[in-house]
Amino acid sequence: MDLFEYQARDLFESHQIPVLPGAVATSATEAKSAAEKIGGKVVVKAQVKVGGRGKAGGVKVANDAQDAFEKSAAILGMDIKGHKVNKVMIAQAAPIASEFYLSILLDRANRNFLVMASVAGGMDIEEVAHKTPEKLAKVSIDPNVGITPEISAQVVKAGGFPDDVSDQVAKVLRQLWQAFVAEDATLMEINPLVKTSDGRVIALDGKVTLDDNASFRHPNHAQLIDNDATDPLEKLAKEKDLNYVKLQGEVGIIGNGAGLVMSTLDVVAYAGEKFSVKPANFLDIGGGASAEVMANGLSIILSDPSVRSVFVNVFGGITACDAVANGIVQALNILADKATKPIVVRLDGNNVLEGRKILQTANHPLIKQVETMDEAAAKAAELAAQR
Amino acid sequence: MTIFVDESTKVIVQGMTGSEGTKHTKRMLKAGTNVVGGVTPGKGGQSVDMDGKTLPVFNTVAEAISATGANASVVFVPPKFAKAAVIDAIDANMPLIVVITEGIPVHDAASFYAHALAKNKINNNSKNQIRIIGPNCPGIISPGKTNLGIIPSDITKAGVIGLVSKSGTLTYQMMYELRDFGFTTAVGIGGDPIIGTTHIDCLRAFQDDPNTKAIVMIGEIGGDAEERAAQFIKEYVTKPVVGYVAGFTAPEGKTMGHAGAIVSGSSGTAIAKQKALEAVGVKVGKTPSETAKLMRQILESKG
Repeated sequence: MDLFEYQARDLFESHQIPVLPGAVATSATEAKSAAEKIGGKVVVKAQVKVGGRGKAGGVKVANDAQDAFEKSAAILGMDIKGHKVNKVMIAQAAPIASEFYLSILLDRANRNFLVMASVAGGMDIEEVAHKTPEKLAKVSIDPNVGITPEISAQVVKAGGFPDDVSDQVAKVLRQLWQAFVAEDATLMEINPLVKTSDGRVIALDGKVTLDDNASFRHPNHAQLIDNDATDPLEKLAKEKDLNYVKLQGEVGIIGNGAGLVMSTLDVVAYAGEKFSVKPANFLDIGGGASAEVMANGLSIILSDPSVRSVFVNVFGGITACDAVANGIVQALNILADKATKPIVVRLDGNNVLEGRKILQTANHPLIKQVETMDEAAAKAAELAAQR
Repeated sequence: MTIFVDESTKVIVQGMTGSEGTKHTKRMLKAGTNVVGGVTPGKGGQSVDMDGKTLPVFNTVAEAISATGANASVVFVPPKFAKAAVIDAIDANMPLIVVITEGIPVHDAASFYAHALAKNKINNNSKNQIRIIGPNCPGIISPGKTNLGIIPSDITKAGVIGLVSKSGTLTYQMMYELRDFGFTTAVGIGGDPIIGTTHIDCLRAFQDDPNTKAIVMIGEIGGDAEERAAQFIKEYVTKPVVGYVAGFTAPEGKTMGHAGAIVSGSSGTAIAKQKALEAVGVKVGKTPSETAKLMRQILESKG
């Protein structure tokens, strides 16, 4: 889960990382009162989970609380690269002397963690890495050792931080590591990390990604979920413990196994080019594919108004095809007249002949069996285009 | 020959007394796997009946090894306790640890992987190196010989193809489509951001295995493991390799089922992976069945 800047700020603060006073607001009035509390000049920042908001006009300096009201009114509701601005953060404006960069992230290639540090902060770090790689220090971190005082000193030296801030930056880095571990993060980035004109080092903007797999040991992370942005069908699917992602298309997809479903989306997208239709969702019902899970999955997909046909793509491995076929038939019985859209079924794998026979015998008017994945995708796309 | 496992592999199951552990232990036994016992802390000394075969339960992996001579472990322990289970296996110098569990926090996986690396450094000789496969993987199978994990054993037979894949069901699909040629070994390496055994490890082993004639490599969006594998193929692999990548149409920023399957910015896209593989001479199928067809052509032309 990616956090908003204000959530990252709060999380940093709770781990003693120096931040400026700031508060989130969902209306111009709230923004005004937040600005009054902070006092003086403030910055109004659009809260969107996408880069480039400054260039898009989503960050403005306000001279006083009334100005904050007006700037917030202009920013709230803006569309930044397809992300609607529902919240702004009001932050104290700080006189900035220099801008640095500091982050800790998961390093998939080396299967450990990586610290990146640079005195060239404030801009897109991918650009720094690309154009002036010598300005970006990278230090691998052993997960079982962490960031010791020696390692933080090494990072500060490698990053070329000036002497007057080196101790402060090293301390921020150690605190950032504490937070990174304590919160089960996969990314914590401070950009920019600034030196103010009075010599303080402060995290001015932050990006945080938390590991969803670790949510069982962080019940408090649930409150960080952005319910405004969560699709209602995704919410419903989550309640039923289904692995569902809403997409923009017309062919509903159900399959077993993440890789097979991803592959099904591709095959349907290729087949759909001819008919101008696309996959409507990702839904992995897992290896077991019981009747109940199948029914839950089908009912979510059938309640999506943009879905015009459904493609059920199952490989019978541990759960053989006859069990899956029975599951589909029972699911349609459970759904009864709520099932209204054509369903193309492709079964393959263990006991495939028995499975196909069960579906033939059931002779359900909505079910069309097709033997291969490619042909089934074409059929589902064609049916979606007809309706 | 096979890679990483063979018919002599002696297997224990960590979490054998749990429902998943019991179900799959029975399946593994049925597939001919030499399962010799299980580990569940606190249940040591008990024994469990597995469809007629009685298996002993131990408190620790070290006890299981000393009593049974096991040289591989399959882990079905739930996410909360999986790290402790894997660390237990590493501390006992278990040579092969196959972690099936889905949903392990990535900090836990990073920690046990680092622990295994440290242990391998201490045991600085090639005989005692620990290998982890997974987590969040279907396991490893050498059809007709042994099966460690949850891959269906009856959809293919022993043969000449080596297969390495991030995805479970796509592995099964491919094994089934190419069942007339059969497989030396198929390895599901898992879809998590941090995994123990990589595409590269498997490619190297298949290249070195005299019985493997050709290799199928299945990848998916996220990370750059496929790009690194392409570089390795260029440097090391002379056998024909056919590739498939899932997720061409996956939108940016959405996790597609596997924790590691996400396109972020320009990194991790399927098209980049396809290009990297094709640049080193790997034929990449557009769909699973096209991929199987490409492999079929290669094997048929070889006679």
